[in-house]
Amino acid sequence: MDKLTELLKLLQNTKSIEIKEFRMDVDELELYMMPAVQQAIQKTVEVREKVEALPEEEFNPPVRSYPGEVAQVKLGDGTRKSVYLGGQKALYRFEEPQPNPPVVTFDVFDIPMPGLPRPIREHFSDVMEDPGDWARKAVKEYGANMVTIHLIGTGPKVMDKSPRDAARDIEEVLQAVDVPLVIGGSGDPEKDPLVLEKAAEAAEGERCLLASANLDLDYRKVARAAIDYNHAVLSWAITDVNMQKTLNRYLMKEGLTREDIVMDPTTCALGYGIEFSIDVITRTRLAALKGDADLQMPMSSGTTNAWGSREAWMKKDEWGPTDYRGPLWEIVTGLTMMLSGVDIFMMLHPTSVKLLREIGETFTREYMTAETPDLREWITELDY
Amino acid sequence: MQVTAMDVYRLLPKSNCGKCNEASCMAFATKLIEKELTLDDCPQLSGDERQELEELLAPAVKEISFGPENRKVTIGGDQVLYRYELTYYNPTALVIDLPDDLPEDEFMGRAEDIQTLSFERTGETLTLDGIALRNKSGSPEKFAEAAERLGGMGYPLLLCSFNPEAMEAALRVVGDQRPIIYAATEENLDEMAELALKYECPVVLFAPGDLEGMKRLSWKLRSMGVADIILDPGTFTGEGIGDTIDNFVMIRRLAVEERDADFRFPILGVPALSRLSGEGDAVEENIREATVAATLMNRYADILILGGTEIWELMPLLTLRQGLYTDPRKPQTVDPGVYEFGEVDEDSPVILTTNFSLTYYTVEGDLKSGDVTAYLLVLDTEGRAVDVSLAGGQLNGPAVADLIKDTGIEERVKNKVLIIPGLVAPASGEIEDDTGWRVLVGPRDSSGIPDFLEKLASE
Repeated sequence: MDKLTELLKLLQNTKSIEIKEFRMDVDELELYMMPAVQQAIQKTVEVREKVEALPEEEFNPPVRSYPGEVAQVKLGDGTRKSVYLGGQKALYRFEEPQPNPPVVTFDVFDIPMPGLPRPIREHFSDVMEDPGDWARKAVKEYGANMVTIHLIGTGPKVMDKSPRDAARDIEEVLQAVDVPLVIGGSGDPEKDPLVLEKAAEAAEGERCLLASANLDLDYRKVARAAIDYNHAVLSWAITDVNMQKTLNRYLMKEGLTREDIVMDPTTCALGYGIEFSIDVITRTRLAALKGDADLQMPMSSGTTNAWGSREAWMKKDEWGPTDYRGPLWEIVTGLTMMLSGVDIFMMLHPTSVKLLREIGETFTREYMTAETPDLREWITELDY
Repeated sequence: MQVTAMDVYRLLPKSNCGKCNEASCMAFATKLIEKELTLDDCPQLSGDERQELEELLAPAVKEISFGPENRKVTIGGDQVLYRYELTYYNPTALVIDLPDDLPEDEFMGRAEDIQTLSFERTGETLTLDGIALRNKSGSPEKFAEAAERLGGMGYPLLLCSFNPEAMEAALRVVGDQRPIIYAATEENLDEMAELALKYECPVVLFAPGDLEGMKRLSWKLRSMGVADIILDPGTFTGEGIGDTIDNFVMIRRLAVEERDADFRFPILGVPALSRLSGEGDAVEENIREATVAATLMNRYADILILGGTEIWELMPLLTLRQGLYTDPRKPQTVDPGVYEFGEVDEDSPVILTTNFSLTYYTVEGDLKSGDVTAYLLVLDTEGRAVDVSLAGGQLNGPAVADLIKDTGIEERVKNKVLIIPGLVAPASGEIEDDTGWRVLVGPRDSSGIPDFLEKLASE
């Protein structure tokens, strides 16, 4: 533009001009010269009117198409109601609404768990002696879509319950509720495959989610139990997309399909590395939609990890009551995972569950179909 | 339409002169993209190329500052849709609503609370960023009076009124402190634009639920010469939250991927609007508002107006912001090795932790606040937290044995006793076997260390 201005200045005092090494073609000359010439003529025009010539374009919603899609996993069969996870064909609702809303599964334990934070014990203290009652309360009173039964008591250093005991607990919970179950071990890499195998047998045909298969234990045994008794498997990797791919591939080599696997890319709690989980989960979902067949499964979040954060449970007056802090820490952790692409959430607190669901359920609706209030006078109307 | 290093390289001298201290012009191009170097580092750039490069390197989202010069807050500046691709710049500004019809002492008390609220986390003090003065009374005089009261504080302000007359009244008082004007709408666009130009302040464009209209109005503002625009597509809550998310995402996608000039601006959300329904008690309202705020912060909000001032409501939001805006290119680690707390001697206890910086700084804070005298052994877990590195195999017997050997801690203490985090209990036997040290399982949370050591000493 500077050169053009110079050129125009020259033109003002000259009738003709000879340009050497002329490199513009005629169209370009017209295009570039016209506004500049006009500008030079109307020198007195105000600054504001000069920019009036900005091009006005039409609005087009930035909808993309994706070559890949996320597999749909069915949980619950036999005597269970069914719940479906995944099935996304697009990243956002305005491109295509999600076929299934995010699902919440309440944590229930096979032992009374004295270590649970008070705001949770408050809701469940009357049923914690009995996993069946505990599960029933989660479903009846708090509307759980699913229940996760953690077989913590099987841990060699906890109560060292036998796989047979575990199977009995599973039977009890199956009797108590008709929602699908997630069956979790104690985290002991030696014993978990044995416990999950027995539990899977006890729940034959009910299509539970076995939690979990990972690279540190005999994942083959877990995969085989799922295939033999018709269950799905939770594939757990530690915030590492490549580790997740490897494990998924191993599991599929054992005979599981994408419709039988849910991934747990690990939920680091709010304030304790949640950004790593955001990155991994975002990358995993984008890879799935771009067509990476090893990552096209729904994802799960151990949202209850949030309760391990001191901001959630530690008594400290200047931080306000733990009664509010705890649930909010769990919601923000879960919500962040949900917005990154997670499909199923293991959670503990009824309030957290309610609010997470409210937002999650809008994911299946069409863009701009909800009733929304008129916000045009909010400045004078907002009162609290 | 993301700018690549190749796009930049084409406009560089390609002489590989090395005066920028980079090996080649291509390497310099990469550093430019990552904002590690600037165009000033290249002495060979000619005028035209420089101008083109400036346009090319301008962030997808315009960077806008508000507030008085010595306390200014900057928002926008983002280049990417996902933080892992580069990083997010300029953390979401959190401003708190202040209605102009509050009684004076309540008004001043709230203004004071907003400015002093803070929360310490991992060595950082997290605070709020500004006050949104709201013309709830509808009266221009009241609005100007309230602005006058805040003006002396020199704190960043956002002025909320749809009435140009009230806006001008307030701007006459605090217009030299670069407040944000909220908001221009279809109805008042010309007048608000005039004010934004006259007082050289950023202006919010409010077009609820209508991106098509927003695009047209943004173009109109730009055509009038307004350069600093902030976009508010309306914060619908409850069942409408999905639409709010969609609108935020579309705006940012158009800015980053399509470089749509009408949308290349920061986005504003008003989680306080979740209080419009009037449902639930104060606690429920705060929880709901925080939920909306966290949602929008996750989805590109650059500035948020909140009603709540309770620390328990704001803590998770300040923490989420800290996490979202850490630079993913920087490793989140501290150097492994031995760290000393207090006047250590041969009787001091030895404690183990990992080199994940969040973990380290949490432990450090607890040791300091508890006045603990101890050695802290920091294991290289490639920046993983205690439980994660235990599961991932970076924290195990041999690794701890190597750490003990490498640090020479054995020569510095009399008793070979190692206190491990409570979460490492499952590996205590293995660590004992591999190190030959006696292992004590410490508390699960490092806040328990001072008590734990006191009990240990009394035994």
